[in-house]
Parts: sequence; C-alpha cells; structure tokens
Amino acid sequence: MLEQCEGSHAVAQAVALSRPEVICAYPISPQTHIVEGLGQLVKSGDLTNCEFINVESEFAALSVAIGASAAGARSYTATASQGLLFMAEAVYNASGLGLPIVMTVANRAIGAPINIWNDHTDSMSMRDAGWLQIFAETNQEALDLHIQAFKIAEELSLPVMVCMDGFILTHAYERIDMPDQAQVDKFLPPYEPRQVLDPNEPVTIGAMVGPEAFTEVRYLAHAKQMQALDLIPQIAAEFKQLFGRDSGGLIKTYQTEDADTIVIAMGSVLGTIKDTVDDLRAQGVKVGVLGITSYRPFPISAIRDATAKAKRIVVIEKCFAVGIGGIVSRDVRSAVRNRPQPVLTVVAGLGGRAITKASVHKLLQDAIADKLELLTFLDLDWGIVNRVLEREKTQRRSGPIAEGVLRDMGTVASKVAG
Amino acid sequence: MEQSLVKFYQTGTFTVGNRLLAADQRSVQSGAARSNSLNSGHRACQGCGEALGARYAIDAAMAATNGQLIAANATGCLEVFSTPYPETSWQMPWIHSLFGNTAAVATGIAAAMKAKGRSDVRVVAQGGDGGTTDIGFGCLSGMFERNDDVLYICYDNEAYMNTGVQRSSATPPAARTATTMTVGAHPGNEFGQGKNVPQIAMAHEIPYVATATVADLRDLEYKVTKAMSIHGARYIHIFVPCPLGWGAASHDTIKLSRLAVESGVFPVFEAERGEVTGVLKIRHRVPIEDYLKPQKRFAHLFGKSPDVATIARLQARADRNIRRFGLLGE
Repeated sequence: MLEQCEGSHAVAQAVALSRPEVICAYPISPQTHIVEGLGQLVKSGDLTNCEFINVESEFAALSVAIGASAAGARSYTATASQGLLFMAEAVYNASGLGLPIVMTVANRAIGAPINIWNDHTDSMSMRDAGWLQIFAETNQEALDLHIQAFKIAEELSLPVMVCMDGFILTHAYERIDMPDQAQVDKFLPPYEPRQVLDPNEPVTIGAMVGPEAFTEVRYLAHAKQMQALDLIPQIAAEFKQLFGRDSGGLIKTYQTEDADTIVIAMGSVLGTIKDTVDDLRAQGVKVGVLGITSYRPFPISAIRDATAKAKRIVVIEKCFAVGIGGIVSRDVRSAVRNRPQPVLTVVAGLGGRAITKASVHKLLQDAIADKLELLTFLDLDWGIVNRVLEREKTQRRSGPIAEGVLRDMGTVASKVAG
Repeated sequence: MEQSLVKFYQTGTFTVGNRLLAADQRSVQSGAARSNSLNSGHRACQGCGEALGARYAIDAAMAATNGQLIAANATGCLEVFSTPYPETSWQMPWIHSLFGNTAAVATGIAAAMKAKGRSDVRVVAQGGDGGTTDIGFGCLSGMFERNDDVLYICYDNEAYMNTGVQRSSATPPAARTATTMTVGAHPGNEFGQGKNVPQIAMAHEIPYVATATVADLRDLEYKVTKAMSIHGARYIHIFVPCPLGWGAASHDTIKLSRLAVESGVFPVFEAERGEVTGVLKIRHRVPIEDYLKPQKRFAHLFGKSPDVATIARLQARADRNIRRFGLLGE
C-alpha cells in the first residue's frame, strides 16, 4: 500500500512486519525515531509476542540482543555514530558468536568534533567486524532491505547491519510502498536458529578458543560472507518475485555499459550522482554510476566485471581513513587490480556537508579531463585549512582546532555579537 | 515435628549432619539428584572458592527450577576454567559473551523466554567481582533498574584473579595485589575507596538481595532457592576466597570464609525491596588478625613490627559492619 511517511517510520514498520521478538532501544540521533516507532507498536499491542526493552547504553542494547538471539528470538536494535562505537566490543562478539541480529545504523559522523549529521564513518569503523553491511539508497530500499536482512542473517547465522543515511533518509518524507503482513510472512519464515540456549538440549556458546582452532573459526566467518555473495542476489530475486521491486543485491549500475567514467558510491548520494550523469549524458559524455549495496561482503567480482570497460573510476565516499585516504576506494582498487584504469578517491559529504549536483558536475568534468588527483576532498575550504595550519606554525598555544575554525568562519563571533 | 528440634550446629562443631535431618531438609549438594551443572574436570585451582560457590549456587538454582535454567557468564576465571575449547564443564545451556555485558545478555535471554511464553525457563547471570562491580556495573544497574527477571550472582574474590591478581573495586583496604603493591608509605590497597555492590543493589529496591559465603552451604542454598522463587531482578553476592590471589592455603578456603563472617569483615544478610530482612549472626567473634594472618596479601601488616594502626583501621571497618547489620547477639 502506498503511503507518504518518514524514513524512520518506514523502517519501523518493516521491522515490525518482520515479527521481531526482542527489540532493544537506546536513543541516539538520527536513529531515534525508528525505535520510538517500534516502541509505540509494541505498547499499543499492534506488534505482539515482542519485548521492547529500554536499555541504559548501546553496549547494553546489543548485549541484550545477543542474549535474546542466542535464546532463539529474532532480535533487532538500531544505533548510529558514537553509539556504534560504544557497542563496538559487542559488535564483534555478535558476529563471532554467529548470531543473526539485524541492526539499523542511521549513518552519522563520529566526533570529535561532535557532529550529528550524516556521513559513513560510523559503519566504516565496523567494516571488518564480521557483520554484513548493506547500504540503502532510498527509503523504499531501506524498508525492503530490513525485511531481506532478517532472511539473509538467519540463513547465514550472521548479523546484518542495514545502513541508511542519517537525516537524509531517516528524517525524509517519501512515498513508500508498504507491504502487507501476509506478503512478508510468505517471504520471511519464523526464525529457526542453528544454535540455541535450550534447557532440554544444553549447549555451551562462547567457549574459549586458543591458537589450535582460532584461525579455523575466523576462516569460517569469512567463508560464510563469501556464501553471502551468492545468497544476497538470490534473496533479492526472491524479494522481487513476491514484492515486484528491485531492492538489494550486491551492486546496482546505471548507464555503465558504455561508460568511460564510472562513479562508485553508496547510499542516498547515488540519486544526486544519477541526476548529474543524466545531465552529462545529455551533453554526450559517457559516464555511469555503480552503487554498492553490499559493502560487506565486498562484491569484488561484480565490481570488477561492471567496470571492465571504463577508462577511469571515481569513488565518491562519505568517509576516509586519516593518514592514508579513501576506504571504499581502496576496496575498489583491490577489485580492479592489474588494470590500467585509475581509481580516484573523492572524500565528500563529511559531517553532513551537502553533496550538490554542481560540485559533482565539476568534479566529473575534472575527472574526464584527467585533472582529478588521486585523493580529493570535495568542496574543501582551503582558506580555513591554511589559516589553522598557519596559526599552529606561529602560535604555540593555538587553541582548540574546532573552535579556531568556527572563529575564523565568523560563526562564533556573530553568535556572541548577536 | 521432631526434626525441628534438631539444632543444625552441635556444640563444638560447625558441621551439619544430613543424617540428622529429614530427606526434604537435606542440602541440594548432598543429594544424589543434584544436577552437577558445573561438572568435574574443569581447570580451577586447588581450593578455588569460586568453583565451589558456582557449584553450590547453580545446583541449587537448577533444583529450584526443575532444570529449566539458562546461564550467562562473564569473562573471568569461572569462564576460562570451565570452557577450554573443545571442552565444557557446563551441563546446562550456558553462554559467555563479554566481560562487561553479562547482566544485559541475561536480560536478553529472559526477554526471549518471555516473548516465547516460556515462563518455566529461568535465567541466571554470573561473574566475578571485576565483571560485576567494575566493568559490568553499568549493565548490572540497568538490569536492576528495569527489574528484569534475572538472578545475578557475583562470586567475589576481591580482585582480578584471571589476569593475575589486580585490584578491583571489591579489593579490601591494605590488601596486596599486583596493582596495589606493598611499597611506599601506604602499602597495599587504599582506604576510603571501593564500593559495596550488595548495598547498591538494595538502593535499586529490587525484590531480593543477599550475601553468602562458601562456608555456609545451607545458607547459600537457602538464598539461591529463595531467589528462584521470586520474579524480577535479584542479586546474590557470594564471598569466595582465592588461594592463589590471596596467598592462602588451598585447604583454608572454607576456614577463611568462616573467619570473614566471624570477624565481621563480610556481613551475611538478605534484603527485600531495599530493607534488610535477615542477618547471619556471628557465633564466635574473632579478632580481625585471625582472618588476616593466614593470607599473604596482608603479610606486610604483620612480621617483626606489626602495622597495628592499619590493623586497627581494618578492625574498625569490621566493627562497623557488626554495628550496622547487628551481627552480634541472638
């Protein structure tokens, strides 16, 4: 059924339709509306056979989900940013124990400086934690991916992180095609755990493993993620058959067939890039877009095949590894290794800075003219950067960086004056 | 009626003869039907108080729940010595997740059981003092505050033994640990620090809080059994000597537990909804030296010129417990 709703509401509904049995809630922007929505559904009695638990931290949120999942309950939580870092130890634990928890990450920057707006630094910090990470482009896809996520997670007995851009998606009102319960029930059977805490068939979960078998246990985690490379497209196909929508899968391409330049990105920015591609195509420029939906497992073959004919690849990523550069682009480089095409890193949209069509347009023109450097920070204000660097050179006590930057920009001064 | 006339403690002994009791009054541990949930063959040290405490407590909890029990275990000695891959000593469903999240994991299990309508399956969480009073304290307090249906048992051996005897917030003043060395002007652990988690648990006004020691099996079993008869958040803090960490003889584990009670160092009580409802009275009060001397962690207080001032401060702490909980008299 079509409805106009907030992204968070769509996700809450999708989770509820997936019949979770335990939901752990801890507030952090921009994820909060999702768990609020679920709390409402449980308390009102619309979502039954489900425990909604208000916990004291994100560490507890995921830990409660770990206990619930190990006891055979379909378990869900949501977080973002600092919250994901605060639960980091449990993030690794959930995947290490092989517990199919589904967690929404409403992508948000990580401080300091504290910043509540969107980028992908939070999810990226956990990219090697053993969870599957799938990124939504739109609110419809966020909704669809959550339903698929439970199925993928439970099939593999691995946790899945559904990543959606904070505010840009979570707080945006869009048209949504909301599936009905019968459809979802048909797609997603009740959870049949591979391991469960059951007094009638007692098992020990979480035993200590030494050097004699640790490598094997870790390899098995990798093997499962490799299985996911087949499973994810398969489940997306099943989903399409039942719901009639293309959602999920490993990657999605737009105008890449004959493209000399392929832009790779993840999440909601793909829409802006597609619009820019349309403009450039109208001018006869052969450019296309590749969206990565499954970041973990990383679809090396799919990306390698889809970019085979391109002369250059531009990766626009909302994160970066301080001290080296891109994160997604490094993975892309490993996918296209031994090929002459350059993979150019563009760090963009950090801490919620808007990625505009104008900026992407100029960026792509530079790329096509082979004027783009290996690492570019989109719309970086060099004036501010150089002022700080100069101050640090000349003043020992140059003060807090963020405060200095804001002072240079006049924001603080104008507030004080006002 | 005749059985009720039998005194548990006979003159001159501390033993309780099961043969003097009716079958239904005998301890869980003495019964052939005990669950042996923590089975033999684990790798605990000789004389380990924690292994003993866990065995007593979990067998009693299993008996009280007809074996419908799931355990969540914190990282620590108990976890390490009981589950070296590919072996396990646990004859019950058991999960170890992390050091600091055990109470939350137990909450999750309890929530799963509730969602599935399995009201017969109960949940116990257990950890050492480090996993309880320090790193797991946030999750513990959260579980208390929400009144989740979990019995949390802390086996308190007063330091981080698994990592090699470092100070925790349950380490007593003056005690030597690897991080409270016996050097400088104030050797051993500081006075005026540490936290009393049973009393903090009481401040949450949860249905049941109790302390116990491995010296008194019947009291311990009674408290665990009582805890399992109640729903909501419950906390039992069990005093478990660590021969290795305390520098004590492995055959003195029970004796030291008893001396901790008899000196007033460790008050044994129970409380409901924040009110103390019962205390275990001291039968033969002993001076604190009797408790301290057999332990090498307090050896710096004795020797040729005993540190009488520090011993007096420790005695004053014990005396305060005695006053506070009314541990003397009938």
